[in-house]
Amino acid sequence: MDDGLNTARLRVNYELAEQVFQKSRIQPTVCYQCRKCTSGCPLTFAMDYPPDRIVRFLILGLEERILRSRTIWVCSSCETCTTRCPNDIDIAGLMDHLKEEAHARGIVPPECRPIHAFHEAFLEDVARRGRVFEAGLLQRYMLTSGAWKSRLADGTLWSEVRTGLALLRKGRLPLLPRGVQARDEIRRIFQGVGDSEAPSDPVHASSGAENADASADPS
Amino acid sequence: METVGYYPGCSLEGTARDYAASIRGVCQMLHVELRELDDWNCCGATAAHSLNRRLAVELPGRNLVLAETQGLSELVVPCALCFNRLKTAEKALLGPESHRYSLQYEGSVRVMDLMDFLTRPERLQWMETHRVRPLEGIRAVCYYGCMVNRPPKITDAPSWENPTNMDALLSTLGARVLDWPFKTDCCGASHSVSRPDLVTTLTGRLLSRALAQGANCIVVSCQMCQANLDMFQERVARELGTALDLPVFYFTELMALALGHPDAASWARRHLVDPVPLLEASGLAV
Repeated sequence: MDDGLNTARLRVNYELAEQVFQKSRIQPTVCYQCRKCTSGCPLTFAMDYPPDRIVRFLILGLEERILRSRTIWVCSSCETCTTRCPNDIDIAGLMDHLKEEAHARGIVPPECRPIHAFHEAFLEDVARRGRVFEAGLLQRYMLTSGAWKSRLADGTLWSEVRTGLALLRKGRLPLLPRGVQARDEIRRIFQGVGDSEAPSDPVHASSGAENADASADPS
Repeated sequence: METVGYYPGCSLEGTARDYAASIRGVCQMLHVELRELDDWNCCGATAAHSLNRRLAVELPGRNLVLAETQGLSELVVPCALCFNRLKTAEKALLGPESHRYSLQYEGSVRVMDLMDFLTRPERLQWMETHRVRPLEGIRAVCYYGCMVNRPPKITDAPSWENPTNMDALLSTLGARVLDWPFKTDCCGASHSVSRPDLVTTLTGRLLSRALAQGANCIVVSCQMCQANLDMFQERVARELGTALDLPVFYFTELMALALGHPDAASWARRHLVDPVPLLEASGLAV
């Protein structure tokens, strides 16, 4: 690569937005950067990039940067951005698409792993019985994700145990799970959607994006 | 007696059993028979739409197909997130991309948010004449949350930035309803388990503002909102260094109280923030 003065520091990959559109049917390129999404977002305080910049990065093709960002996991899917976008971009839907991509490639930033681990534990529970059994799910999440250790370290573990005991006392934590009778139907749904994530789709196949990210510095 | 299909969702079998009990009680008083969807499954919630877009449509979609097969023309949903996911599945399975999914759905089921269903004009009229204990002393802010209203393309909500059906309901029941700007702001939803720090910040904003408006309680129509505002209140109070003590009621609990259901107060006693002092002070404890 030429590092001379006339070299652009950003290598743009316009194909990324097209790939995202093909897969999600969401068109980020119509964004004119009014930042209405960011103005209404309740979680910007915990994000590394506000939502409007995620959209901008997408248009520029900075895939790695987006997939490694906290923003996509911190998004609570409140749908305020999607509702208010004057160009009708489903921004919360984009965040979902990006989480799905990051999940498929196994690149979740460390501070967002609890969020990812909880989603995985939740879906395992659904796959098992067709319904979620909250008491079992919470226990398993705490133990398998190592969340109990961080709670112990920051002193919040006992407050959570107290809350759990209070719920139990008030009859709000049933001890036995209920499930769906037609387990095979649930199994078929999970198996069927698993196939759709085969690594032959265009976003997985892209190779230029990572190099572009490595040399990019739009800020 | 009116019969309607009912999709309770997983939480109403667990931590939101208080909500479930009050819904049963209120519907009985209103002569509405809830026919639970047979063999329903989880809607997939935030986990599914975060990790797998097809799962996020096919899990709730199976319930729509079941309802159609079971001949239910209307499906009432008390959980805001389940409602949102069922509506998302409805749009996806009937839309131009329906070939992406393995389910066949004809679209004969009308998915309805419980509060929408219970606050139809004729019901409000009925309640006005049948309320036995007006909710005097209750100064409420109505908290609608996100998922019943947004995005309107999915929810078909008529007034997503400023919904008013809960306001109208509580006024009919004799409560004083206070205006406030956070009707549809986010409580943090499923982050309560994996990133409780985020929920503490978001609910802290909501609780402080409700107090500043002069509310003595918050009224909700979503069990996730209820859980986050109720279970996190002690922690938020500690962080803010002030007492909060704001009971968080389901709208159905207040309906049951005003309509004189004998078990109404006992459901609300299952909350973590004790509602009894407020109910006693308002002459509503039984």
